[in-house]
Amino acid sequence: MILIVAEHANGKLSKSAYELASAARGLKREGGVTALVLGSGVASVAASAALIADQVLVGDSAELAQYDAEVWSAAVAQIAAEGEAEVVLIAGSRSGREYSPRVAVKLDAPLLEDVMSLKDEGGVLHAEHYTFLTRVTERVEAKAPVVVVTVKAGAFAPAVPGTTAAEQFDVDLELPKRRLVVTGSTKEKTGRIALIEADIVVSGGRGVGTPEGFVQLVEGLADQLGAAVGATRAVVDAGWRPYSEQVGQTGKTVQPKAYIAVGISGAVQHLSGMNKSKCIVAINKDGDAPIFKIADYGIVGDVKEIVPAMIQELRK
Amino acid sequence: MRILTLIRQVLDAEESVRVRNGAVELEGSKLVMDTMDEYGVEEALRLREAGAEAEIVAVSVGPARAEEALRTALAMGADRGIHVVTDVSLDAIALSAVMAQIAKAEGAELIFCGGQEADWDSQALGAATAERLGWPQATWTSALELKGSTLVGKHEADEGSESFEVVLPAVVTTQQGLNEPRYPTLPNIMKSKKKEIRKETLEAYGAAPKVKVNGVEIQVKERLKKILDGKDAAGAAAQLVKMLREDAGVIA
Repeated sequence: MILIVAEHANGKLSKSAYELASAARGLKREGGVTALVLGSGVASVAASAALIADQVLVGDSAELAQYDAEVWSAAVAQIAAEGEAEVVLIAGSRSGREYSPRVAVKLDAPLLEDVMSLKDEGGVLHAEHYTFLTRVTERVEAKAPVVVVTVKAGAFAPAVPGTTAAEQFDVDLELPKRRLVVTGSTKEKTGRIALIEADIVVSGGRGVGTPEGFVQLVEGLADQLGAAVGATRAVVDAGWRPYSEQVGQTGKTVQPKAYIAVGISGAVQHLSGMNKSKCIVAINKDGDAPIFKIADYGIVGDVKEIVPAMIQELRK
Repeated sequence: MRILTLIRQVLDAEESVRVRNGAVELEGSKLVMDTMDEYGVEEALRLREAGAEAEIVAVSVGPARAEEALRTALAMGADRGIHVVTDVSLDAIALSAVMAQIAKAEGAELIFCGGQEADWDSQALGAATAERLGWPQATWTSALELKGSTLVGKHEADEGSESFEVVLPAVVTTQQGLNEPRYPTLPNIMKSKKKEIRKETLEAYGAAPKVKVNGVEIQVKERLKKILDGKDAAGAAAQLVKMLREDAGVIA
């Protein structure tokens, strides 16, 4: 069987779960697709998962209310071993990429990370993923009784839910004690569309001048376009913007239809998070900035003049 | 206490990538210690400077040239190095088996590892090493402090950041922003040349790759580079909006 670990947030099945289901359906394996839902009070999530899988296993307990790498990897490895899963698909989210290596070690399995394609050729899994700060596409293969795979967000078309619900089963899990004690958290939620799901992303860098400038220019343009807001590491480090908006090597990777970079010079680490965007637009005062080397459209000029003029033009 | 910092030698991020014979060509390019690993060495040094009694050991698995990256770590202030010399390219899961054995043999209590390595774009090494040792992990840390044998810090989770506490032993993965790595000073560079780097063979650890690499490609998307002069802000803005609407069709 193929096991997919269905992520969810705020009582809803995540987009990644639909993408995992789609990746799983593309593999020629017998035994169908089993979805595993872990959490506390996840009946509605499990019901949604039942429309994209052939079988749903539900681990629903207070101990699973909050994610933990050791707890999650133990649960997933147990279910994979008991069900003799041949492929375990996990979302390429921060948490997915954090606990999946532990699952691979527990199962003595190879790990394919953040794949954007996945094929089965005679029992061998073939995949592609980015390397060298997303500048290179590497083709890899793994052959083993079980292979653990994390799937890149947005790489697979989401599966369309069926009309008949698959059967659900509760599972008993042997969970370890949490050792990383979370003592506080700052959730960063905005009313805007999620960065990695947006068709248009407007991102700002130091070149916008001030936190107020960021709000006026970057948020202003994003609101006008119905776009998500992104930021550079420098802007996040300076405390102007929350980490959840960071695009780049240590932040999110996005590939929207249009990426509009405002006052961003284009450090390699930032480019690695957005260089696969279909159309890149740059507005920056320095015509020699690296961002212009990968831009489709752009203006060399003062962002404080150009962006308000664009907002005005869009309002027409 | 003994702290291990895992060091990987990678292509300098500023270098352009070239492909030869189905692999990224590293010969003739500038190779450096991964900046992600610099954060780990720096953080280990800072924990010691804040009062922790610690020996800091830099560990690398790689070809003969990887010694240069270890020397950088020693010049920053690490006490000694361990170099498992091999031309075999191990994936993260296989490499973690070597790292875990070294950690056990050294009696390490804290391991630093890069959050995402600049050559593989992999995030797996730290977590896989922690699993093999049966240790907890704190990934993507942005602040760290040692209180007795408890690490107190902050790290990034799926949405937003979390404060955490974890009792050693533990594996910590780094990220940009954790600290500002120091530059090795000339006296420290001189001193580092006398520091011990113990050489070992990969055979002693019995690790083999689990993933086979079949080839690499650089897909460079040709960009249009239609760049306008913004001296006339209103005119340029109007023209850009028109191009995005009519030529690119990306905005309504």
